[in-house]
Amino acid sequence: MSKGAKAGDVICSELIDAATKNRDILAVTSDSRGSASLNPFAAALPDQLIEMGIAEQNSVTVSAGMAHSGKRPFVFSPASFLTMRSIEQVKDDVAYSNTNVKLIGISGGNSYSVLGATHHSLQDLAITRAIPNLQVYMPADQYQTAALIQYLTQSAQPAYVRIGKKVLPDIYADEAAAFTKPGKGNVIYDKGNDVTLISAGETLSIALDAAQQLEQAGIHAKVVDLVSIKPLDVDLLNRMADQTHHFVTLEEHSIYGGLGSAVAEAVAPRGDTKVDIIGFPDEPVIAGTQDEVFQYYGMDAASVVKKVQTWLQ
Amino acid sequence: MATTRELELKAAEMRKATWEMIYRAKTGHTGSDLSCADILVALYNQVLKQTPATFTDPNRDRYIQSKGHAVEILYNVLADQGYFPKSDLLTYSQFNSPYIGHPTNHINGIELNTGSLGHGLGLSVGVALAGKLDHRDYHVYTLMGDGEQAEGSVWEAAMSAGNYKLDNLTAIIDHNRLQISGPTADVMNSEPLADKYRAFGFDVVEIDGNNMAELVSALSTTNTPERPKLILADTIKGKGISFAENQAAWHHKVPTAEQYQQGLDELNAVIGGLQNE
Ligand SMILES: Cc1ncc(C[n+]2csc(CCOP(=O)(O)OP(=O)(O)O)c2C)c(N)n1
Ligand SMILES: [Mg+2]
Repeated sequence: MSKGAKAGDVICSELIDAATKNRDILAVTSDSRGSASLNPFAAALPDQLIEMGIAEQNSVTVSAGMAHSGKRPFVFSPASFLTMRSIEQVKDDVAYSNTNVKLIGISGGNSYSVLGATHHSLQDLAITRAIPNLQVYMPADQYQTAALIQYLTQSAQPAYVRIGKKVLPDIYADEAAAFTKPGKGNVIYDKGNDVTLISAGETLSIALDAAQQLEQAGIHAKVVDLVSIKPLDVDLLNRMADQTHHFVTLEEHSIYGGLGSAVAEAVAPRGDTKVDIIGFPDEPVIAGTQDEVFQYYGMDAASVVKKVQTWLQ
Repeated sequence: MATTRELELKAAEMRKATWEMIYRAKTGHTGSDLSCADILVALYNQVLKQTPATFTDPNRDRYIQSKGHAVEILYNVLADQGYFPKSDLLTYSQFNSPYIGHPTNHINGIELNTGSLGHGLGLSVGVALAGKLDHRDYHVYTLMGDGEQAEGSVWEAAMSAGNYKLDNLTAIIDHNRLQISGPTADVMNSEPLADKYRAFGFDVVEIDGNNMAELVSALSTTNTPERPKLILADTIKGKGISFAENQAAWHHKVPTAEQYQQGLDELNAVIGGLQNE
């Protein structure tokens, strides 16, 4: 197995492939081509990169117009600006008008770390999840990112994809195992029925690490990858709940409205499954590297293990 | 009143402190900071009616930095003015430090939080409008980037400044003609900026934004009654470090050890020259 890859690099190479075959596929940037790892795309297909300048709202609206006239734009901006500054453009021009625009939120979550709250997107899942006709994805490794982008280059539906900046460790053996279709999650680890850890994106590898540490401590866990945050794999969650009755979610997002909320909403009607949500508390985020911040908020593997042990007592 | 030479020396010292700070922390918007060092030094040392002692006075002048990413130069100027100890800045970008990579009002001397581009002019319009409503005679200054001019919110704010005839507002554009991806003319051409702001009701003054005398003069001239002012300050991004000047790649580049030393030598030479004048 290779040593992992950055989601941005994978998206760029997949998009070059797809856009070479389908000249309607465009990358739309807002002075963001470097941070979106799109320099190779710009070099390979200069006519298919549409630069909009530092104008995230207009980037989305113009993309909707282009999509309406047959183009297949992928809009790349920092997740914070794309999902918050441009959210009405996303809601009206993309989701409501049903234009085939794919929104790629780069440097998501806390990845901008010490650049501060203006640059964090710890609310993007809450916001995008509440918009009808908008799929929401968070890929966790290179194979999943590749398979997801291949799907998105073919699909006709509006979608938001959030990625981070880290090199993603490999979790899957190949693309087929990693992503099949919207609304399909994966059980990536299954050692028993004490607890089910549920995560997506960059934090999935932390959940997996925590599950392996729990196993050594005699706690038998499952780990679920919810790459498709919307549509949600409710069937899978129900199957897990039938077996474990205790879910612990982990996400690089506010504890309000994100993956944990989605999971809790899905299983609440059952009345038999506890859901503990691990994420960013509802307060200004402390400054630090992403790792320091995760440790501070108890979101690293060791902290997750401790929390699970306490909750299971 | 400081002399032009004293202000130039101050700007060189601020550049040096910023260069050192970015190298130490291994993060920062180097080119963006160096570009507007002279603007901030002129403003804080000669123009802005505000001191650490009057920072909470409702009649103080206000400064809102719309191009929040140039925070390292702002921190150094504020420390030099005495808003907080210089030693605080040793924690810049470290765990649990309030001195993060964009301005936040957890820090003494900073009015409002910026970092997402396209907010500073609108915030300043609000501050200026409140001043008019309260019949206070303070002035508000804001500094924007030229790449930032692509944000639609800038023009919504400009329209409202003209509409409300805000002669207590001065906007400055750090007109270095570069942004992250390259020349602003290629990324998203926003010219002719002077004509555009004039059309929105501003008086426009075009100056060399790295020239201290021109800066002090443009910043301290009172506005034409009922007109907001736009200072189009032609600057050199990366100014003061030969190999960073006019290089888009230096937008947020951190110097290597070798580059750091070379840059320090260049800045020290400028400081030495000004001291001996
Ligand atoms: C809304 C928003 N979009 C994107 C960014 C990322 N960004 C930070 S600085 C910058 C370029 C700014 O260029 P310019 O306004 O010319 O400022 P300069 O550094 O050249 O003075 C960009 C795109 C941001 N901070 N805010
Ligand atoms: Mg610029």
